[in-house]
Amino acid sequence: MQKSLKLALLGTVLALGATAAQAAEVNLYTAREAGLVAPLLDAYTKKTGVKVNTIFLKDGVAERVAAEGANSSADVLMTVDFGNLVDLVEKGLTQPVKSAALEAAVPAALRDPQGNWFALSSRARVLYVDKKLDLKSFTYEDLADPKWKGKVCIRSGNHPYNTGLIAAYIAHHGEEAAERWLTGVKANLARKAGGGDREVARDILGGLCQIGIANSYYVGLMRSGKGGPDQQKWGDAINVVLPTFKNGGTQVNVSGAAVAKYAPNKAEAVKLLEFLVSDEAQKIYAEANYEYPVKPGAKIDPIIASAGTLQIDGLPLTQISANRKKASQLVDKVGFDN
Amino acid sequence: MKRLTSGSGWLAASTLIAALALAPILALLAVALQGSADLWPHLIAYVLPQALSQTALLLLGVGGLVMVLGTGLAWLVTAYDFPGRKILDGALLLPLAVPTYIVAYAYLDLMHPIGPVQVALRALLGFDSPQDFRLPDIRSMGGCILVLGFVLYPYVYLPVRAMFLTQAAGLIEASRMLGTRRSGVFFKVALPLARPAIAVGLALALMETLNDIGASEFLGVRTLTLSIYSTWVTRSDLPGAAQIALAMLVVVLALVAFERWARRHQRYAASAQRQRVMVPQRLPLGWGLLALLVGCLPILIGFLAPASYLASQAWVRVSFAGISPAIYAEAWNTVLISALATLAVLVGGLAVAYAARLRPGASTGLLGRIAAIGYAVPGTVLAIGLLTPITLLDRAIADTARSWFGVATGLLLLGSGAALVYAYAARFLAISAGGIESGFARIPPSLDQAARVLGASSGKTMRRIHLPLSKTALAAAALLVFVDCMKELPASLLLRPLNFETLATHLYGEAARGTYEDAAVAALIIVVIGVLPVIVLARLGRQGRGIRTRER
Repeated sequence: MQKSLKLALLGTVLALGATAAQAAEVNLYTAREAGLVAPLLDAYTKKTGVKVNTIFLKDGVAERVAAEGANSSADVLMTVDFGNLVDLVEKGLTQPVKSAALEAAVPAALRDPQGNWFALSSRARVLYVDKKLDLKSFTYEDLADPKWKGKVCIRSGNHPYNTGLIAAYIAHHGEEAAERWLTGVKANLARKAGGGDREVARDILGGLCQIGIANSYYVGLMRSGKGGPDQQKWGDAINVVLPTFKNGGTQVNVSGAAVAKYAPNKAEAVKLLEFLVSDEAQKIYAEANYEYPVKPGAKIDPIIASAGTLQIDGLPLTQISANRKKASQLVDKVGFDN
Repeated sequence: MKRLTSGSGWLAASTLIAALALAPILALLAVALQGSADLWPHLIAYVLPQALSQTALLLLGVGGLVMVLGTGLAWLVTAYDFPGRKILDGALLLPLAVPTYIVAYAYLDLMHPIGPVQVALRALLGFDSPQDFRLPDIRSMGGCILVLGFVLYPYVYLPVRAMFLTQAAGLIEASRMLGTRRSGVFFKVALPLARPAIAVGLALALMETLNDIGASEFLGVRTLTLSIYSTWVTRSDLPGAAQIALAMLVVVLALVAFERWARRHQRYAASAQRQRVMVPQRLPLGWGLLALLVGCLPILIGFLAPASYLASQAWVRVSFAGISPAIYAEAWNTVLISALATLAVLVGGLAVAYAARLRPGASTGLLGRIAAIGYAVPGTVLAIGLLTPITLLDRAIADTARSWFGVATGLLLLGSGAALVYAYAARFLAISAGGIESGFARIPPSLDQAARVLGASSGKTMRRIHLPLSKTALAAAALLVFVDCMKELPASLLLRPLNFETLATHLYGEAARGTYEDAAVAALIIVVIGVLPVIVLARLGRQGRGIRTRER
């Protein structure tokens, strides 16, 4: 009885396990949407013959990998937002990587000193402006200026893109000033904070507002026509201004990746990361996703470059990340999304 | 002696199912107990007042709307006869096929100041730009209530219609014959009789509302569920998120218990066998056309408008970029996993309901309620709760395989999709349990006793008596569960294997990066596949009526 049970179990186990035992594969757990990473992974597979198995988990990457523990099949963990990368390290889900290629390609400020994570691309939090307005320069502080009353559109204050910006504001000016500022921005809103970054362009075209904060790459996605003819109209209705902090530069966030602690294919994982910072992949980041490549000297897409030269804010990302929770609490406190 | 042991197998199965359903909740409890010191003062000061009032308002609004629509429409198509009634009868279920988040996306596009509706309206009224004239923003509490209400009303319509058709018919006819006025028949007889059915449907609709993140986020309503989500994602405070979710669960369970307690003394239509079927009254033509118009409106708002908008968007996309072959595989994955999960839910629901029938009492009733608990927790949080039992089982399997056979299996449940079947079952057992229970309730216990006296085992009695007699209820439960599994997102996202997409996860991946037109194709396929079971569901209702007519 027990023997036949064992045999039956063995059969099932072998049948299900058979697919897992092929050579030269690497498993990617990503918080970035499949459509965004597909061009990169396709290029990698074409070049090396290594198959990349992916799962897009959105917000659950850390939870899933942590629960899987030592049995996890995750090799590479990919996510957006600096805070999420630090989070992966703090939860003990990554392992340090030593790679000359990675260290040469990624500037020191954009990677973990121990090699636990590496930024792969970056994006700026920029201002979308109604084309009819002649606005050439702008500071984040200006967002709270009463002259913009009823003219500002923005997504939920609790979205990581906005908590990142608010955290940077706290790092620059302190919590009290940030609260006053956020209250001022709230008072200027043309509609409830919500929707996505593209909604800002659409609502500007729709006449709901005149300015709004959104990520840089959406301009490329909209204007290129990759999102269809409607979005092209939204993208063409706006100009992009690179705002700065009064005593600083433009707020920038990153997408990045790490090698998982229990990666079953560690060597392959490192090779994939090295590919992602290669000239070839960095070009895809710029051309297909309209992000800023992290590799110094890599070319920026013309649509993005037309917004002007990016002056990255000088504050270290660690300092911004430390203020993230405070930023989110501030959003609740001033009732930004209400 | 035999009587005592009878049904112990069913009791064990029922206990196991309840344990599996409870496991993710216990996992969440463990997470919650890790504590998050400064969360609650902050929540109480700044988040809860707003989130609670918004949630309450949304629930009241959606609840009121689905109750009025569901009950009113059910009464319309069962009590009166008018042109087009037979088609309307089934077509009113169509909104079930569309996930709420898709309807919200569609309406955001349709009703935007530069969307087709307002552009047409401006052209009609002679305005040039949105600055001169625009409708109130749909991104508001009112917009959210309307969207959710017109999509979720079938949850009330379905059980209430069944109630009017069968159980309530005799009393309604009697009151008609005794000369009660039309409004009196509805308010004094039909409505009180329909109360349990309304309660069942309303509970489902409200839990769907509580579970919703996509629609309310897009329409700018800051519900408690959204607070849970941002506590987890933005503040990386999973314990805090679990605490809010569990507090919400307690409130929901208390409300459900209160509703049951409030109608504890009411007993309805115990013997269904001799029931009459309601004969609808013919309306004069003018009134009949009006009835048709009123009946068509919810279908237009809840289904036709968003579905045809999706179809046009999908068409733009297909003519612009073609159909990606991957989508066929995704459609197949969706159907396969949903079908397997439906089977699991059905078997589980049967076991729980049958155990309760064999051993009536507080303990089996409690098991049934525990088995259904997954529906009362927002899907996002439940999915995280499920990670723990699933990976524990996976680890046990992996260790066993290693020590017995020396084979490294990796994660079998997560890797094979079995985890998804478990997740859907844990989430949707509530939907089948209610339906099966009420199906069983119509079978007189004397039939069980006769079968057992004649020597049939409890299993055989179920196969020969209960299954055939509650066929319609089972099929209805299965279809409802199938459609819900197809639409399910958070658990699908978190617990699926590598390289495995369902239509819903594909749709979400596209929507999350704002490429809605890509999403439109997947969304349309969800709706098309979802419509098929809904049509069967509509036909079932009619068939049930046919059978009973013959009995008469």
